[in-house]
Formats: sequence, structure tokens, C-alpha cells
Amino acid sequence: MQTFAYESPTTLAEAVALLDAHGPDARLLAGGTDLVIRLRDGSARPGVVIDVKRIAELCPAIREHDGTVTIGATTVMTDVAANELLRRHFPALAEAAAVVGSVQIRNRATIAGNVCNASPAADTAPPLLVYGAVVVAVGLQGTRRIPISEFFVRSGVTTLERNELLVAMELPVPVSRTGAVHMRRTRRRGHDLASVTLCCSVDEKGMTRLAYGSVGPRPVLYVDESGVLADPAATDEAKAPIFERMFADASPSKRSMRASPEYRLAMLRVLGSRAVRTAIERLASLRSVEA
Amino acid sequence: MDNTLPIEITVNGRRRALDVAVHHTLLDVIREDLELTGTKECCLVGECGACTVMVNGRIVDSCLMLAVEADGAEIVTVEGLAQNGQLNPLQQAFLDKGAVQCGFCIPGQLIAAQALLAENPHPSVDEIHEGLAGNLCRCAGYVQITEAVLSVAEGEHQGEHR
Repeated sequence: MQTFAYESPTTLAEAVALLDAHGPDARLLAGGTDLVIRLRDGSARPGVVIDVKRIAELCPAIREHDGTVTIGATTVMTDVAANELLRRHFPALAEAAAVVGSVQIRNRATIAGNVCNASPAADTAPPLLVYGAVVVAVGLQGTRRIPISEFFVRSGVTTLERNELLVAMELPVPVSRTGAVHMRRTRRRGHDLASVTLCCSVDEKGMTRLAYGSVGPRPVLYVDESGVLADPAATDEAKAPIFERMFADASPSKRSMRASPEYRLAMLRVLGSRAVRTAIERLASLRSVEA
Repeated sequence: MDNTLPIEITVNGRRRALDVAVHHTLLDVIREDLELTGTKECCLVGECGACTVMVNGRIVDSCLMLAVEADGAEIVTVEGLAQNGQLNPLQQAFLDKGAVQCGFCIPGQLIAAQALLAENPHPSVDEIHEGLAGNLCRCAGYVQITEAVLSVAEGEHQGEHR
């Protein structure tokens, strides 16, 4: 591994100043499960590595205030998966965090790293899109709130400015009763990157939100407000055109070794309809629990 | 240019103050600086788990963590499992069940299993598979490894070898 300068700021202002001073020569380090690999293989050669884990404002924490749940940037997947608040309000996000990598990876990988790395296969991206998460970014110009649907550009690229860093993720607690699920397809069970990663929610007003990743340069969200997908009695013929529109943005890479584009597109449809069904079932079971 | 920084870590109960190169991983420091070679270097991308150690009670791939990130942490490596020259119950179970073939993955398997049992003392077979999913065994001794963990969970090895 090529050497670099290591900075471990303890305040946000210090971190922003470092980012501003070093520009593209700086890389932020959170869990390191992606960055350390790239430092070793030479695909990232920063002059400065800025470890964000000692910054108080980014600390691992999950709290609810006024209808919003806030997840600190350096919260690791293990804690996202186990957190009671998230499991109650955002179960599909907890499910997605629980299947990232292995225990060892989940103990290090952070929610901020998963989205800022902007891998098309990031498992937390589809649930964050479905739940309408907002990225809280801080830079020289102050604080900016970016809807997650405007955050991903392509692999490794987000709409964060050069001197901005992700401080927290905000999730609005659903106002309508909502059933949701995360599903993925991998080459093998256990520890693998997704060939398709997908999340679907259905609420009691009939809105279906479905987001999918690993089938194009960035994860995509599609919202169906017609009520057709959410209707357990709707026929496959009625649902087919909506699924077609929903999956029209999928464009899997031909170069990926994980799965062929044909396989990914086929599995996207299978998982998509399965996820809609499961979300409807979960919504129904919520209704029966509360009835 | 070879930047170094001072760190303080506790390894297997012993406090160590070290100057480490900032681009060295925790694995490098454990093996090269501390000469604790039980922890293995293998894939270096966080897939095989041979370099698994416990950091503040949680298992990590030490190949993916810079040593400077560990400043202030409490670390347990495979060398920290046996106490007073006695194997711990999990180590004994691995021997008794024939879970050790070539042995290369075993330090990582033991640390991962130790963490699993600390959090979930009576795991199901599925929970053992999930808990050890980040530890590959090239000899494919998974059945015996699972049996060994299960035997400790079920109390077969509790206390016998203390």
C-alpha cells in the first residue's frame, strides 16, 4: 500500500476545512471496507485520508424526533440491522443492512459509506429510496438536505460537492400503514454482492414504491399511485404494463462478471412481483395485528 | 515518505504502545510488529475471514482496518483464547470434532465462533452458518466446524477443559 497522510479530525469544521484544502487528493474513510481495498490495489491513491469516525456530529446513533428518524453517518450495518426503531418503522432497511457482506463487514461498513461509495449494487440504496430518505450534507456553504432520489449519479459518483461530507441520513416515519420488504439475488448464499437488489413498499392508500439496484449505473425508484400493484385482487394482465414501465430503466452492464444482463433482467421481474406480493402480505398482517 | 503515528492498543489483555505506519493495516501490525502470527493473511479483500480478530468485542477483517484506526481499542486474537496454557472450550471442541484440517482458516473461525457464542450462546445451525459466513474453509470442513460450535453451545464442552 502506498503511504498517505492520515487525518482524524474531531470536529465537522475541521473535516470540511481539510476537504477544502486537499480537494480531489483527499479521501474520506468511514468503515474502510471499500476504501482500504482500493488503497491496497492502487485504484485510489489519495495524498490524504480523512478518518471521519472521531467527528462527534457523525457518530453512530439512531434517534427519533418529530416524525423523523436520523441515522448518524458512521452507524454500522450491524447496528442498522438490529435497531428496534428502524425494525419497527423501516423494516426493509434493517433487512437490507442484515445481508450486506459478512458479520465482519457489517461490523465495519457504515450507512454513509454504502451510499457515498455509490455502488449500483449497494443494498441499503433501494430501501432508502423507497422510504424517501434525505441525505444531510455539510460543507463550506453550510448544511444541505438532498433527497436520496437526487443523490446517486453513477458508480462512485454522487451529487455531493467536493468539500461536502455526509453527516446523517433522515427518514420520515411513514404516515400511512406500510408493508415493505427487501429482496436480493446473489450467486451464492452467505457472503456475496447482489446480482439484483430490490425493495418494495405498499401502503394502505394503495401507493407502491419499488426501487432496484445492480441492474444499471445507479439504483432507481419507481412509484405507482394507480393502486393496481397494491391491489391483491389485480390480475397479472393489469399489472404487466406497470411492471414494464417500472423496469424500463434497468440497463445491466454487459461487462459485470456476477451475472449476465439477460439473467439480471429476468430476475428483476421475478423478484419485483415477489416483493410486491410480500409487501401486500405484510401490510395485511399489520392490519390484522392492529385490528 | 513513511508516516508513522503512535497508537495504544490492548492486545489479549496486554497494553501496547506502538509507532505504526499509517498505511499499515491492523493485520500488518498484529503479524509484523507484535509477531502474533496466529492471525492469517489471505485474500486481503474481506472475503475469506482468515484475518478475523475481535476489536472492542466485535469481529472485523483486520486486513480492512488501518492500524491507526485501532488506537485505543481492545483487541483479541486467537492467541488470547487459551488461558493459563489450557485451550478454551471452543478450541477443544474444534480438536475433538475434527474441525481442523489444514488449519489455516481456524484462527479466524475460532474468533468468529467465539463472538457468535458471546452474543448468542445457543445458536441454531442456520445462525452458526450465518455467523461464520465470512470465514471460508478451503478444506471444506464446514460440517465439523458447525458441529464443534454446536457442541459448545449445547454444553458438551462447558467447563471440562477449564
